[in-house]
Amino acid sequence: MTQLQTEILVKGQPAKAEALVLTAPISFWGGVNPKTGLIADVRHPQHGVAITGKVLCLPGTIGSSSAAAVLLELVYAGLAPAAIILHEPDAILLLGLIVAQEMDHGTPMALKLDREAFGCLSHKILQIDAGGMISIR
Amino acid sequence: MPLELTPEQQAIASGARGEGAAMAMRIVAATARLMGAPSLIPIASAHIDGALYHGDSGTLFAEKLAEGGAKVAVRATLNVGSLDLTGCSKNRLEPHERGMARRMMDAYRTLGCEPTWTCAPYQAGHRPALGSDVAWGESNAVVFCNSVLGARTNRYGDFLDIACAISGCAPYYGFHQPENRRAKIIFDVSGLEVSFLDSEVAWPILGSLFGREVGDSVGVVAGIDHHPGEDALKAFGAASASAGAVGLFHVAGVTPEAPDLATALHHQTPEAVIKVTGDMIKESRHRLSTVADAQTINAVAIGSPHLSSTEFDRLEALIAGRRLSVPLYACTGRHALATLESSGKRQTLEKSGVIIVADTCVVVTPILPAIDNAVLMTNSGKFAHYAPGNTGYGVIYGSMAECVESAVTGRPMFGAA
Repeated sequence: MTQLQTEILVKGQPAKAEALVLTAPISFWGGVNPKTGLIADVRHPQHGVAITGKVLCLPGTIGSSSAAAVLLELVYAGLAPAAIILHEPDAILLLGLIVAQEMDHGTPMALKLDREAFGCLSHKILQIDAGGMISIR
Repeated sequence: MPLELTPEQQAIASGARGEGAAMAMRIVAATARLMGAPSLIPIASAHIDGALYHGDSGTLFAEKLAEGGAKVAVRATLNVGSLDLTGCSKNRLEPHERGMARRMMDAYRTLGCEPTWTCAPYQAGHRPALGSDVAWGESNAVVFCNSVLGARTNRYGDFLDIACAISGCAPYYGFHQPENRRAKIIFDVSGLEVSFLDSEVAWPILGSLFGREVGDSVGVVAGIDHHPGEDALKAFGAASASAGAVGLFHVAGVTPEAPDLATALHHQTPEAVIKVTGDMIKESRHRLSTVADAQTINAVAIGSPHLSSTEFDRLEALIAGRRLSVPLYACTGRHALATLESSGKRQTLEKSGVIIVADTCVVVTPILPAIDNAVLMTNSGKFAHYAPGNTGYGVIYGSMAECVESAVTGRPMFGAA
């Protein structure tokens, strides 16, 4: 078992789930369907894949400033990822988690990790503790 | 560097101005910590993108702020909502969604926001001063505010925009810091044909290419010899922000922070120089259409960003009293609608078959009829980007003149001047 220490961007619930590593940046608004949790952008290489319950590893985010609204709606509807791992902090997206906490919803954690490390996470089961330590099974 | 709040900011976060204002200040402070901002700075105004319905959670958030007694501390205009409250157009939202969308729009008004309902607030009288700090949402409004007005804003997403407006402050990082407004990439268009640069499609196509090339960096367009007009810069910014993540661009000799190329670069060496070629333009134009071979069209949509009065004048001149054979959706705000009504132009346009859409637009709420394999023609780089995913319509891109000729015949018509 390998362990990786990450930096916590937004505190939240510990998680144990499969990693989903996206191979291209995504815009949450227009790119993820808030009613299904599926990737809706037809131009995205992982179009049709579910992000719900996964440890979502994002190489980057693009586009609309409504990303936070889609993420909050996913949390509210129980369709959010189990955790989100970003290469760098993205205020537009992570606002969705900050607001979810203010609304007293159970909120996934957001962590920072160099995207070079994403490759060794793909499809593995990750256990993430409250301190942001990832254990790879 | 840890975030330092002033005693007043701390007091607001602890509830000195009520629970709604406290929640807003906590959200602003949490974002500041996330982005490593050392402090919060006062803002002069806000433009709020948060009143568009994406699901019940957003309505509940706005209502929680309102129930907590929150009010905006600075001028705050509203971006589009999900409903056309003027009654010009109808949409197909289900009753539950319609009700929640309406509650959301009402909650933002209760918070003290102005019911401008436009993505072009800068053409509706909201023009912050050069060098002032503001908190604006909506990607095209952000890029226009930074680039054309020279006011300073980051790309404020939903929730943070209203939280800043209520708390009256914003995290000090990114484009609020003068050194981050420096152009790092030169986008040189001097090799392009003058006839292309003077054409109506030049700026949306260039914007789309610029967005893909520079991503979230700051670039300066070089090789433009005269001001292309505000509507051209509006189209460029909107296309660049939807194709990439552009929040600020400069045009040497045109935009206020770029009196010349060297000033835009802050007298430093650029990281990259992109020599734009005719082939790059051809490819960029091609990418804006997803169904270039379609033989018929079902609708035309223009007005992303919202049409100005000048653009309506051009639309009316191009239609020239003819009857359209497919509907042409013209999206705008109340500021332009008022002018159209007082001049009688609204009736003239509607008689030809134009459907005016106010307060909202056709890619954010279901206004276009549900038709299988439908085709939409547009002159907007932003509509071209979002329509396939958000409406299910395939897209053909053309100039406003081409869009009008196509609406008259029902078939894609190219080459109209």
